[in-house]
Amino acid sequence: MYLLNRQQRHVVNYSWMLFSLLIIAFLPFMLFGGLYFKSFLLLKTHTLKDLIFLHSWHPSRGEFGFYPFIVGSIWVTLLAILISTPICLLTAINVTQYAKKRFLRIMHPVIDILAGIPSVVYGVWGILVIVPFISRYLGPWFGVQSMGYSILAGAFVLSVMIIPFILNIMIEIFRTIPTELKEATLSLGATKWQMVKHVLLRKALPGIIASVGFGLARAFGETMAVLMVVGNVIKVPHSVFDPGYTLPALIANNYGEVLSIPQYDSALMFAALLLLAVSLFFNLLMHFFIARYNKY
Amino acid sequence: MKRTLKAEETFFRILMNLTTGFIFIILGIIIYSVFEKGMKAMSWEMLTSVPSGGYYYGKGGGILNAIVGSLVLAFGATILAFLIGLPVALYMNVFLVRRKKLVNLIRFILDLIWGVPSIVYGAFGFTLMVFIGLQTSLLAGIITVTLFILPIMIRSMDEILRTVPMGLSEATYSLGSNKSELAFKIFTRQSVSGIITAVLLSFGRAIGDAASVLFTAGYTDNLPNSLMEPVATLPLSIFFQLASPVPEVQARAYASALVLTIIILIVSLFSRGLGKRYHKTKINF
Repeated sequence: MYLLNRQQRHVVNYSWMLFSLLIIAFLPFMLFGGLYFKSFLLLKTHTLKDLIFLHSWHPSRGEFGFYPFIVGSIWVTLLAILISTPICLLTAINVTQYAKKRFLRIMHPVIDILAGIPSVVYGVWGILVIVPFISRYLGPWFGVQSMGYSILAGAFVLSVMIIPFILNIMIEIFRTIPTELKEATLSLGATKWQMVKHVLLRKALPGIIASVGFGLARAFGETMAVLMVVGNVIKVPHSVFDPGYTLPALIANNYGEVLSIPQYDSALMFAALLLLAVSLFFNLLMHFFIARYNKY
Repeated sequence: MKRTLKAEETFFRILMNLTTGFIFIILGIIIYSVFEKGMKAMSWEMLTSVPSGGYYYGKGGGILNAIVGSLVLAFGATILAFLIGLPVALYMNVFLVRRKKLVNLIRFILDLIWGVPSIVYGAFGFTLMVFIGLQTSLLAGIITVTLFILPIMIRSMDEILRTVPMGLSEATYSLGSNKSELAFKIFTRQSVSGIITAVLLSFGRAIGDAASVLFTAGYTDNLPNSLMEPVATLPLSIFFQLASPVPEVQARAYASALVLTIIILIVSLFSRGLGKRYHKTKINF
């Protein structure tokens, strides 16, 4: 019935498993090593400080200042986090503390679908809804002429994209708060809101910070949706209505022309390396933060 | 004092209901705007023909190249990731079950690479391609997307496999089976529903991601007929054609967005429904 006997099958299965595990174990090093190797050409002639803080971006002249892109990325990411954190926090409290159990069963598919929608579709939505909204209503409201393609549009789209991500973690965190703690507070005569404010939020604070940190890391690397609405103008933005340019968008937009200019290829790989470093740094930081907090 | 407290609670409860409603409304607006634009562009010809006269300026034809390309790419990547991912998840939960620290280290690494943005995978895939001398092709796309969905696949399988009770393993050992039989015959059967969910989740990620295939899979107006040729994908079909000034070409982008959204909706509905159906094979303790 079988080609091999039991022992042989065990050996085949076992080596297959070990081989797969090795691929996974080396993947992070391969990612880092590969990108570092490619960006080495750029790092040989430019110092890290110059690359990060110089404003001028002229690949044909060999000037690679990533400052406008880094600033653009930071603006978009921070704004998105500022918008989505309160929304997620309030919704998570509502869903776990106030709403009926049934409601969570409606909420979960909604979160799943929001998380599953591809980022290009968010981009399409941004172009159809957010961009006209900013150029027609929000811009004139603040007395600003804006094309609509702006830092703010990128932040709006991004904030919606990371809502399911942050919300999921927050709901999980609020669920792990022991019921005894909440009941003890209520039995002392506190109202539900006092319980939420003084016990629940205080107990969950490290988790909330971590969820925002994870959201930040995710938002920083988001490419397509932001690329489609942020305007892609290489300039340090002065207001949220200005167009900007983000690091991931830089990589995605220029892959076609990299081969014609020396070091350009290397510069894009450096941008990818930067993204990888930021993502790993934030994720590591948050993991250790949670691990430390869990000890107490 | 009491009255201000009450007012505060009422205020925040209204705010909470507003934010909760906001999330529902946003989802509604997204789905509505995609469907509204997409339905106008949709026709039988759109679904069954490839674009004619160049994807940027040509007015005729449809998006069949992108639909087929996306499905082939996503299926290929999901199968490859399954072949690598399932053994890893099983190994972690059967062979390393007593080495908690090592398993946690692997989980930690997987969580880290799960968080890596897809554009970084795209850039890495490009580097890898140049290194082994591959052109932009279906194969390069599949390899890159596989790397991108691997951590998602393994971690979601792992979450299910770790719930398999110790007693089941002990019973299997007592009947004289070895570890790989326990892994492939008992653990997989016990966790079918979770494994299906993990596969569908990864498939959804694979078909929806644009940044990782941008460098590696390229774009073409033709149907895929070889592993070594570029392939069109739905996300890139949206991205490239939406930037065109020609309304007919933009219509193709909207149609692609509609098709992609429908595929994603079906996948997420299925992953909920299918999970429940396979509960029958599960032994309950």
